[in-house]
Amino acid sequence: MKFLPLVWAGLKRKKLRTALTFLSIFIAFMLFAFLGALKEALSGGVSMAGLDRLIVRHKVSLIQTLPESYKGRIQSINGVEAVCHQTWFGGIYQDPKNFFPNMPVEPAAFLTMFPEFVLPDAQQRAWLGTRTGAIVGRLTAERFQWKVGDRIPLRSPIWGQPAGQAQWEFDIVGIYDGTKKGTDTSQLFFRYDYFEEARQREKGQVGWYTVRVADPARAAEIAATIDGEFANSPYETKTEPEGAFAQGFAQQIGDIGSIVMAVVGAVFFTILLVAGNTMVQSVRERTEELGVLKAIGFSNFLVLVLVLLESCCIAILGGFCGLGTAWLIIASGNPIPSLLPVFFLPTGSLVSGGLLAMALGIVAGLLPAWQAMRLRIADALRRGG
Amino acid sequence: MIASSQPLVHIHNVTKTFKRGAEEIHVLSGLDLEVMDAEFLALMGPSGSGKSTLLNLIGGLDRPTAGNVRIGADRVDQLSDRQLAAWRARHIGFVFQFYNLLPALSAERNVELPLLLTGLNQAARRQHVATALEAVGLTHRAKHFPRTLSGGEQQRVGIARAIVTDPTVLLCDEPTGDLDRKSGDEILALLQSLNKDYGKTLIMVTHDPHASARASRTVYLDKGQLSANPVA
Repeated sequence: MKFLPLVWAGLKRKKLRTALTFLSIFIAFMLFAFLGALKEALSGGVSMAGLDRLIVRHKVSLIQTLPESYKGRIQSINGVEAVCHQTWFGGIYQDPKNFFPNMPVEPAAFLTMFPEFVLPDAQQRAWLGTRTGAIVGRLTAERFQWKVGDRIPLRSPIWGQPAGQAQWEFDIVGIYDGTKKGTDTSQLFFRYDYFEEARQREKGQVGWYTVRVADPARAAEIAATIDGEFANSPYETKTEPEGAFAQGFAQQIGDIGSIVMAVVGAVFFTILLVAGNTMVQSVRERTEELGVLKAIGFSNFLVLVLVLLESCCIAILGGFCGLGTAWLIIASGNPIPSLLPVFFLPTGSLVSGGLLAMALGIVAGLLPAWQAMRLRIADALRRGG
Repeated sequence: MIASSQPLVHIHNVTKTFKRGAEEIHVLSGLDLEVMDAEFLALMGPSGSGKSTLLNLIGGLDRPTAGNVRIGADRVDQLSDRQLAAWRARHIGFVFQFYNLLPALSAERNVELPLLLTGLNQAARRQHVATALEAVGLTHRAKHFPRTLSGGEQQRVGIARAIVTDPTVLLCDEPTGDLDRKSGDEILALLQSLNKDYGKTLIMVTHDPHASARASRTVYLDKGQLSANPVA
């Protein structure tokens, strides 16, 4: 502690340079935090996926449908605990830019399958009792200021007009929340029986099945059994864990993890050079001062620690401020809910950011600290004089 | 105070050689010197005669190529780097020609620096700093930064920093070399007072006969050898 004023004095020596270095580290860690939030938003489904859930889809592509009759056959397979299906509806509310996912589901089976969606009992009952009823996630409800009792129209380029009506209309009977921070509350779910009755094509077909297995350790075996059940049929299936399915979905726009790592890597390499250069310059300018410190009894090791502390101080200060500022901005709201169903800074990103800031300080300061430690006093004083 | 008859600094048969490429430069050759406890010794000689090198050897900033350096009971030439650092902190106070204060620290913080290496708490350190600044007559400038102090004042801060731990020996490398005559005289008077009133052992390198006149003894160094008389 008693050496901190000395460390602080070293940082204050060239205020402009210290401020610019601080700013570059600050910006880098803000970027790091935003990329962390973006990565979580785009691959959030992977981390939120249930370990005991499998997704059964058409072997050729996700957009190919499967017969609804598969439900019973899947249900009868040994080890399968529950089955429900979903179908991509692609409904548009007023304008295509108002995108949010919306799907017909079987309410009871769906709510059992996805306990992460929390819906009050009264609203659950209302959904089961209202044929045109729909439940919507908190994010989308707030986005469009929908409330229970509202009737909302949707237009579906995929399914066209419903039989006997100009447009699809749904009654909001519930607003669900998530049990976890990363739960996607941007979706709207409505009743499959209403959809099945009103749609004018592909009746009896569904998008994909979600299967809960009794024993997650048997998931691979059960997946193979399901695919075997439908092999050589017109609708062959591909069954995979929900996490892998979500990952495949997210990777439609690229390997988010690799993109984030590449950007972060490039930024940090640059910042490392900037911070390292600052420290090297700072030590070089203070050769004489370091010589004096050693002359009055500061050991080589203590000088090394002081230079490292200085480097760590600016990296940690800049890093933590950057992470903190990003956290505040991210916590203030989702800037593009139509693209990012969840938007928050995961604790893991915060912790790894903090550790990265410390590592940056150590790595950037290591060479100049080593040079300072090896500095010969007589040479340092001669250079100064 | 008159120097005691007890020798404090023993330099015996010391040689210092530097290498510049393939060439070997002999700065000190078989040099012997003893400095008494509480003596004020002036070390004079032309540039390049080895004065600063000798001071560095006494202060444990460098090691001799051959020979031995003993201060009190400590064989300085045999100490490791870590031991030397601790030894310097305990026994040596340096006063430099260009003051060598840390510009980002106030006068009192500069004076406090050697005390950071001791086990003293903050209150005790402050007390020691106040005493040292009072001894050099700079109590009123304690909060000032070096850039706001005159050359003479900066050197006083440098002296306060050198004496704050009450070292065994004060080593002064041309302490008035960067000052005008008036300020130089004040600094010399201060050093003399530290020797006479507080019994400090001082070894001062200087070019200036006026400065050396303040010392109780002057030795002359030329081509790595000492003599009692000025070099012709």
